[in-house]
Amino acid sequence: MADLACTFAGIRSPNPMWLASAPPTDKEYNVVRAFKAGWGGAVWKTLGEDPPIVNTASRYGTLEVNGQRMVGFNNIELITDRPLDVNLREIKQVKRDWPDRALIVSLMVPCTEESWKRVLAQVEETGCDGAELNFGCPHGMSERGMGSAVGQVPDYVEMVTRWCKQHTRMPVLVKLTPNITSILGPARAAKRGGADGVSLINTLNSIIAVDLDQMAPAPTVGGKGTHGGYCGPAVKPIALHMVAEIARDPECAGMPISGIGGIATWRDAAEFMALGAGSIQVCTAAMHYGFKIVDDMIDGLNNWMDEKGYEDLGALVGRAVPNVTDWQYLDLNYRTIARIDQELCIKCGLCHIVCEDTSHQAVAAQRTNGQRRYEIIDAECVGCNLCMHACPVTGCITMVEAPTGKPYLNWTEHPNNPMREGK
Amino acid sequence: MSSVGDIAAGRLPQEQYQRNFDDIEPPLERKHALVEASRCYFCHDAPCIEACPTGIDIPGFIRKIATDNVRGSAITILEENIMGGACARVCPTEVLCEQACVRTAQEGKPVNIGALQRYATDWLFARGIQPFARTAPTGKRVAVVGGGPAGLACAHRLAMLDHETTVFEARAKGGGLNEYGVAAYKVPHDFAQREVAFILSLGGIDLKCGRALGRDVTLAALRRDYDAVFIGTGLAGVNALKLEGESLKGVEDAVAYIERVRQAADKSRLAVGRRIVVIGGGNTAIDIAVQTKRLGAEDVTIVYRRGPENMGATQHEQDFAQTNGVRIKHWARPAALVGENGALKAVTFERTGAEAGRFTLEADMLFKAIGQVFVASPYGGDSHDLLRLKNGRIAVNGDRRTSLPDVWAGGDCIEGPDLTVNAVEDGKRAAHAIDRFLKQNS
Repeated sequence: MADLACTFAGIRSPNPMWLASAPPTDKEYNVVRAFKAGWGGAVWKTLGEDPPIVNTASRYGTLEVNGQRMVGFNNIELITDRPLDVNLREIKQVKRDWPDRALIVSLMVPCTEESWKRVLAQVEETGCDGAELNFGCPHGMSERGMGSAVGQVPDYVEMVTRWCKQHTRMPVLVKLTPNITSILGPARAAKRGGADGVSLINTLNSIIAVDLDQMAPAPTVGGKGTHGGYCGPAVKPIALHMVAEIARDPECAGMPISGIGGIATWRDAAEFMALGAGSIQVCTAAMHYGFKIVDDMIDGLNNWMDEKGYEDLGALVGRAVPNVTDWQYLDLNYRTIARIDQELCIKCGLCHIVCEDTSHQAVAAQRTNGQRRYEIIDAECVGCNLCMHACPVTGCITMVEAPTGKPYLNWTEHPNNPMREGK
Repeated sequence: MSSVGDIAAGRLPQEQYQRNFDDIEPPLERKHALVEASRCYFCHDAPCIEACPTGIDIPGFIRKIATDNVRGSAITILEENIMGGACARVCPTEVLCEQACVRTAQEGKPVNIGALQRYATDWLFARGIQPFARTAPTGKRVAVVGGGPAGLACAHRLAMLDHETTVFEARAKGGGLNEYGVAAYKVPHDFAQREVAFILSLGGIDLKCGRALGRDVTLAALRRDYDAVFIGTGLAGVNALKLEGESLKGVEDAVAYIERVRQAADKSRLAVGRRIVVIGGGNTAIDIAVQTKRLGAEDVTIVYRRGPENMGATQHEQDFAQTNGVRIKHWARPAALVGENGALKAVTFERTGAEAGRFTLEADMLFKAIGQVFVASPYGGDSHDLLRLKNGRIAVNGDRRTSLPDVWAGGDCIEGPDLTVNAVEDGKRAAHAIDRFLKQNS
């Protein structure tokens, strides 16, 4: 069995599967259930200053695709609406009862040094393992100058991070908002401010749907709606990109990354870790299926790592980072061509119609004695992968390397590039 | 031990009849329809469309179900097949669209096209929506003989093309085999009549029931009085066993008995034998066997002269019969009917397979389900009116035009598969050909 023990910014947990700061981690009751189910850690739902904020009824909206529920999920819930002392008391109790689990506390207070200093002292007293600064939530709190309103301004990120590092001995993680043009701005600012690590992504600004009867954005509150934070499986690609950008940035080198965004399975977790995430955090999948999903996340990762010969997380984390590059360095002489396995083909014709209508007219639709047959026209195929992705039969269409015999040539060297090197 | 000629009504508790003759396949609820619709790949050049005799845009109507555009879905279906509701219930989809579904090739589990078609058409019917409209009448009049699927499909299409039609139906109600011939649990309640009413509600169709060709009207008169004629009279005759004793009490035509079952408001009043033998291998054999079983018969055996793969009934139908407790014996044909006091007592069979020999089954009732035949006599008249036949049915070309230039025909009275969906396609095609003919002659 591979060793899944995780040490992240000095915080230890038996496995890298943490619950993200969100509704599942709002109370002792929930967090204890999660730990019993096997989660390696939890980031307690964001604490604020008293008096507690007030939440609305009707908080969640979902994106359903082809009958698949909760492919995307959005919420207009704010931070915890329970008094600070209740949360602190429960955090202390949970950490005492579950000393081997990572217990990190998410925080969001007004942008004054005094506010952060005060809350950090209270949180440190619980004995928890670290603080996560919520610079991410894009709704509600941002209108009050907190959450993503901080995360979108690198100078503020750096300033608050520095305050926090000054006023606590705990590891400080900075949770980043994806609602920016480049994730590197706030990530580098966190590093400059002395952050022990970053967590990303928080949710994306979104209107999940429009209720066409009420003529209002969903979820509706008394006939009105507002934008919320978007998460769930549909955001995973955005999160992977942002994690990779930080992981391969020389200025951020060595800064631990806790990966968040649409993780539901061990495979998702492995992808984030391959791109440099030292731990991962989950919310939507737990809110869809309950805490039991962690069982397969741990078991599946373990079995896969054994199969691949990765003995511990160190062997996996960041392993794909060297292969993330800029477009301009891709080999323009590399060529692939689609191949259809006629034995597997079920004659749905999707490869033909998508190529014919929207791409390169490289899949011929033939009829021989009334029988349908779809064939790649090699000379027209540009190796774009579209037919392979449209095909509903796994393995029926594959992309086969078609050696050009030409050496590696990237855009920086290409004759068509007017800006090419050495010109 | 039961006595000879044990034929009785009321074999079951009253409420059991209700259950036995209710819908065999309950309709899909919305959530199930959405899940099923999401299984459709929306194929290009979809094999299912090609496999549908009426050429319904199946991926198109399923996609509309998936987007909750159920009205649009129903119209997509009904534009090609005005009896899409009946076909959703009675089509042997397992040998048509669903056999061609690419998911059959992929995983042996096609999209449940029939159930989805029913979901969409039921939705429209439940709301009483008439999605089609007529414009200015052309003034052309067409006589349609037979108010079954072929005749009504032809009349409806002609009405949409703004011609006037009169439908002459020999029986008391329209609908043909959907009303009189299909097993009761396949088209339960009053669906067949509701569908007829829906078709007629378009307007331009005058359905005259109780008017039989050869008795109340003649082909010659219709040709004289109308601009064109469509014949969809089905098959009036039934094949005989050609054995001594066919007039014994208990020896029955399956088709006639099925009609009685369909028309009986109270199924408990239908007398049925304790032991039943059915001769035949088609859907009629299955339908009579299962329905008599569901009426309370104790032992029902279908005897077919060849093997399971030769049966006209699909595998699905054969399985359905066996699930209902019907026994199917292959490779045997009836050799003698044994009577006692004028009633059937037993049937002796001769093996037709590799093994020779005979066996006898005790039976209170025997149902003949060995095919129906076209009866040409009502079409008689002078030689000028003579319809050319082919293989005992009315000969037609691809447009369903007969040897008479102003007469078209479709449904079971022409050659081809004996399905509702084929009859509808015949009627539709003929209507378009008639429309072209009428426009040329105007």
